Parts: sequence; C-alpha cells; structure tokens
Amino acid sequence: MISPHGGTLVSRVIPAAERSAALAHARTLPVIDLNAREASDLLLIAIGGMSPLEGFMGRDAYESVLTGMRLPSGHVWSLPVTLAVSDESIAKRATPFEAALRTPDGNIAGIISVEELYRPDKVREATLALGTGDEAHPGVQYLKSTGATYAGGKVRMLERTKTGPFANRELDPAETRALFAEKKWERVCAFQTRNPIHRAHEYLIKCALEIVDGFLIHPAMGETKSDDVPASARMDCYLALMEHYFPSANVALAAFPYAMRYAGPREAILHALIRQNYGCTHFIVGRDHAGVGNYYGTYDAQKLFWTIAGEVAITPIMFEHSFYCRRCNGMASQKTCPHGNADRIVLSGTKVREMLQNGDALPQEFTRPEIAAILQKHYAQSRVG
Amino acid sequence: MKHDKVTIKIPRPLYNRVQQLIDDSGFNSPTDFIVYVLRDVLSEKGVTNAEKFTPEELAAIKDKLRRLGYLD
Repeated sequence: MISPHGGTLVSRVIPAAERSAALAHARTLPVIDLNAREASDLLLIAIGGMSPLEGFMGRDAYESVLTGMRLPSGHVWSLPVTLAVSDESIAKRATPFEAALRTPDGNIAGIISVEELYRPDKVREATLALGTGDEAHPGVQYLKSTGATYAGGKVRMLERTKTGPFANRELDPAETRALFAEKKWERVCAFQTRNPIHRAHEYLIKCALEIVDGFLIHPAMGETKSDDVPASARMDCYLALMEHYFPSANVALAAFPYAMRYAGPREAILHALIRQNYGCTHFIVGRDHAGVGNYYGTYDAQKLFWTIAGEVAITPIMFEHSFYCRRCNGMASQKTCPHGNADRIVLSGTKVREMLQNGDALPQEFTRPEIAAILQKHYAQSRVG
Repeated sequence: MKHDKVTIKIPRPLYNRVQQLIDDSGFNSPTDFIVYVLRDVLSEKGVTNAEKFTPEELAAIKDKLRRLGYLD
C-alpha cells in the first residue's frame, strides 16, 4: 500500500473517551466561524486527507507553499490551506491561544491552537496560487470575501460524524485504505470530478482501469460554483453509472468532502496528493484539470505535474482530450483518433447546460441515456422551481 | 529548504541513458527521474496502513464497509 504523503496518515480527531471534556473546554473558548471551505478543510486535515498537514498553515508554510510549492519540511504542497479570521477581537489577540471552530451550521466542530496570526497579501496570494488576480475568478472572489487575518495552528476535531446527504458514501482515508487492502487492490487509480461523468470521462476511467487493479471514483461533494450541477443530481448520475456501466468488483464510488478552489494546475497537484492519502497509487490528470473559464491552458496542469513528479509517490496518468468519433465508431482521444473535428462529437460544458436548459436531448454518443435522463429531470425541475 | 539526501553512485552509461531518456520530458534532471521511478516501485512495497490498526479497529472498519455495500 502506498504511504501517505509525508509518511504518516495524520489523525486529528479527538478520541471518543476525551470528547465530552474537549467539548466542555471548547465551549469556554473564543469562537472562530468557519466558512464551507474551511469546514471541509478542517475535516480533511482531521481525517488525514491532507496529511502531513496537522492544522491551518502559519506564515512560514503559507509563504513556502505560495513561492515554492513546498512545505517547510520540503514536501510538495501546491496550495495554501488557511483559516481566515474576520472577527477583529480574535484577530488582535496575543498568541498563542486556543479557539473553538464553529461550522456554518452552528456546531462547534473542533479546536485550534492558534500559534500565529498574520495578514496575508491576498492579491499576491491570488497571483501566485491561482495565476490571476481577475475578480471574475471564483478563487479570487473567495479570497476577497474572507477575513483579512489568517490564523495558523494545529487543529483537533471533536468528532467525526457523517450526517450529510452522502454520509453513506463518505469514506475516510483509513477506510479506503482498508477497502483497497481487503479487495487486494495494490494499484488504485483515482478520478476527481465536480461534474456529471459523461462518456469521455467514462472512457478515461476505463482506459486507466486497464492498467491498475481498482478504481476510485471520487467526486468532490463539498462547495462548488453555483452554476455547477448540484451534488445531489451528480450523485444520482454517479450511482447510475456504477449500476449500469462499471464493474463493482473493480470500481468503488466514494464522496470526497472537499471544496473546490478552481486553481487549475496547482489544484491538480493538491488533488493528487490528497488521493495518495486515501491510498491511491495513480491519479488521472485530464485536460484543464480543476480549471474554470479560460484562465488555464488545456494541458497546464499536466505540465506543472511533471515538474514535481520526481518528488511525489502518486503516479499521474495524463490523458488528452477524448470524445466519440463517428468514423472510429467509438470513444477515442486526440492521441488515438486520426480523424477531424467534423467526425467528433464534442460538446462544451456551456453547450451542454444550454441544451439541458432548453430541454434538448443530449446525444447518446456524448452521454449515457441514464445520465441524460437524470440531468434532464434536474433541469426540468430547475425550470419549474 | 532542508532536505535529507544521500549520494548514490550508478554506472555512468546508465546515467547517460537516463539523461537521454529525459530530454524533452518534464523531468528536470536524471535525479528527478530516478527518484520518481524508485518511488513508484517502492510505493507498492510500503507498509499497509491497515496494518497499523488494532485488530478491533480494522474489524470495525470492515464491518462498516460491508454494511455500506463496499465489501461482500
């Protein structure tokens, strides 16, 4: 089994025997409110998904990641994982101190030992991490929306509860590792997505599955953009694919409680490192991975990945643009198909949304009929609603 | 950045072949390539995390995976 990034699977969940006392203690502490992304990050840190991180980044780690894509320990890490503080009474406190972490639903979820408070230059952060300062970029908008001070320090989560709509589909890194071991999958490839899986991605998954033992479909089910297909409809699509088109002996579906950054190339690396922590040995890096709009080149993520490939244990599997080709009479990619665009069925995300909003049928060469039906139902309900 | 690194000697012809191999690739140096290959090989020989659980913890996780339909 592949080692976690940094060598050890971090666990920052307070043991059950200590939970009551920790909760009582947390209720005496000043409170830092988490937004949806920070709550996702707290969870991922606590369950080891972001190993070797044990908390939100202090200034040294933040600077090291921004400027060199490395943690101070030397381990590759591509994006800051930070906790922004809006409350000035917290932001001006003398460090160190402890604070309770409250999730958007009002629950005290954890405790942070704040070791330092620092004021980031968010324009610089956006430029370095996202590659743009354009305020139309959702990552830039996020940075603008959060507090001006960052709190760095180790966290402890009070309890790992799974209560959301995908609770039965959320597997923690320890659980996926046990699953892979039990299934005797030594080589496991992961696929990250925030979209319904159409035939092009199904094709990539099946190509990758040919060279590994097992496959983890791991859709991000945390916060996404408002115009992305909502998580509930996407989950219905994934379940339909699992039922009709993937062999359950070799493919597992698990919800990934992660909030998207839309940071393109740098986020592709983060996605891979996290999947290594989940026990995956391979990771699909597709075209415009984690991209949004036209901020990143089609293969920028793949190019950036090669610059750190010697330093990470997980193996990227790079794919070129894939599609259905009428003359090939099947799925293909730019690498495997000699024909031209006239023979290829390619639909942009914008075009797909437009067709669904108009109630038009999606071609079966583009998406499976079961997926098309789910999406058409979702968009029909949206029109009524 | 501090790294704990050691020097390993490999035959010069092998080094030259690696050098040729990585030309026009994304690897910055033969060292990067060799580390990449070694990590790939060793990743499959690492300690299974599941082995770090107590038998009771592992049994509980497997039970849960069965209840959720991930295991038969």
